[in-house]
Amino acid sequence: MNPLTGYLLVAALLFAIGLAGALTRRNAILVLIGIELMLNAANLNLIAFWRYGPHPQALTGQPDPLTGMMFAIFSIAVAAAEAAVGLGLVIQIHRHAHTTDLDAMNRMKG
Amino acid sequence: MSIVFYVIAALSVAGALAAVLLKNTVHCALALTVAFAGLALMFLELDAQFAGFAQILIYIGAVAILVVFAILLTRGSETPKDTVYSRNWIVGLVTAAAIFAMLGWAVLRSAPALPHESAAPSVTVMDIGNALMGRYVLPLEIVALLLTAALIGAVIVAMHEKESAK
Repeated sequence: MNPLTGYLLVAALLFAIGLAGALTRRNAILVLIGIELMLNAANLNLIAFWRYGPHPQALTGQPDPLTGMMFAIFSIAVAAAEAAVGLGLVIQIHRHAHTTDLDAMNRMKG
Repeated sequence: MSIVFYVIAALSVAGALAAVLLKNTVHCALALTVAFAGLALMFLELDAQFAGFAQILIYIGAVAILVVFAILLTRGSETPKDTVYSRNWIVGLVTAAAIFAMLGWAVLRSAPALPHESAAPSVTVMDIGNALMGRYVLPLEIVALLLTAALIGAVIVAMHEKESAK
């Protein structure tokens, strides 16, 4: 089997697990955990394609051998920012509504 | 496919499954750390040393700790007496299964056409640093701005208690 296929299947499985967690759990923090898993699965795809894809030489105007790696690194940085803001929002909602149960958050008006 | 890949993949998938299935929220956070560690090992297995160690530093070192802090601050470790799953969990499960089926079908169908470069790309950390300061300096600045905004935003959102509390 092509090694890339294995990595892509693992990434698809992790993405599906994260999506299932984000869609089925009640706790807002668990939903954020699911979203983090989905982002990580996407990162795994990026790195796997970077490893097994063709590596053009670093000429001007062509993609250099770092493109996939850079994409993953920037994605990790953005995911970290997303986690910080998301968990801050969860904490604030808990202060306001005294719950992190998403089924109980059914009002937009405070 | 080496045996190492199967072990790491099983570790990551088991961690992810435990993270979304366990009842206790603190156990979920710990299982999430296992899944992140498995993914970091997978990055190392893919010859992406920098991304692997960045994954360990950022996810295991920062995001997992952040999740644990959020659980403690929201008292989410108290397991609810009834179910931990949402009212319409069956819809979410079916959606996730359908998406996995579609992704797996697409990957398996396109397996013969996937690229297979046996030689690992020779990328050192020095190359990454040079590229970050050269070709990718504009995205780097944008990420720096985003991280600053997220830092300030997270602090402001989480710090603001009540107007009347002053």
